[in-house]
Amino acid sequence: MSSDRVSYTLDSTLETVNSAEETASRMAADAGFDDEEIMKISMAVREAAVNAVLHGNAYDPNKKVTLAFERTDKDLVIVIRDQGKGLDAGKIPDPLAPENLLKTSGRGIFLIRSFMDVVEIHPSKTGTELKMIKHVRSNAESKEAPQ
Amino acid sequence: MTMKSSTRQVDGVTIVDLSGRITLGEGSIVLRDTVRDLLSKGQKKILLNMGDVNYIDSSGIGELVSAFTTAKNQGGELKLLHLTKKVHDLLQITKLYTVFDVKDDEASAVKAFGK
Repeated sequence: MSSDRVSYTLDSTLETVNSAEETASRMAADAGFDDEEIMKISMAVREAAVNAVLHGNAYDPNKKVTLAFERTDKDLVIVIRDQGKGLDAGKIPDPLAPENLLKTSGRGIFLIRSFMDVVEIHPSKTGTELKMIKHVRSNAESKEAPQ
Repeated sequence: MTMKSSTRQVDGVTIVDLSGRITLGEGSIVLRDTVRDLLSKGQKKILLNMGDVNYIDSSGIGELVSAFTTAKNQGGELKLLHLTKKVHDLLQITKLYTVFDVKDDEASAVKAFGK
């Protein structure tokens, strides 16, 4: 099984959000995903970067965001870490609940879960690690599926 | 690509032609400022033409919700016109498609505003 891995250390800025999205788009294209899947992957990474920069590191110039991409035979694995207080995913309200539909925030993690095959959130006192996996094989299989 | 916005009047309705990306930062701010400015001037029938909005993130979705509720709270109406597939799909999965009044024809959208 082969594997390629690349990682970046980024400042807690809005530019990081845009840069993470663009890098994800390029990585997903290189991995052979179609345009729709590329959009989903890059959007998931954008939302994860927003969480890391805004909610995790709170734009603190002394805190960094690390972003890693690993391409295996079966998966594109993306890990993003911040140095914040640790995200308690259990406390995020369901954005689809009627009482939350008109809230102006709180949809980022939901969109990430919608767009990726596997999402793991690992909070700690030194920050949050968000791991996202998109299966390359399922993408190829969906293309080959009989009509 | 950043977001651009321009406004025009049709039969008492302000149509806001948006183009580009409604995302965290400039895109969301342009939308927020445009809608607030219109409401402050008493232009309370607002139709957001989203035909050239090619991308929106969760912050942009939040800004659309904010524009909708702000207009409503001030006695106004805000409708959406010409959603691209990407934006349409996002509003579907976030269950907001039925919250917004979404139109696909400008003339009938203008007529749909209350007198």
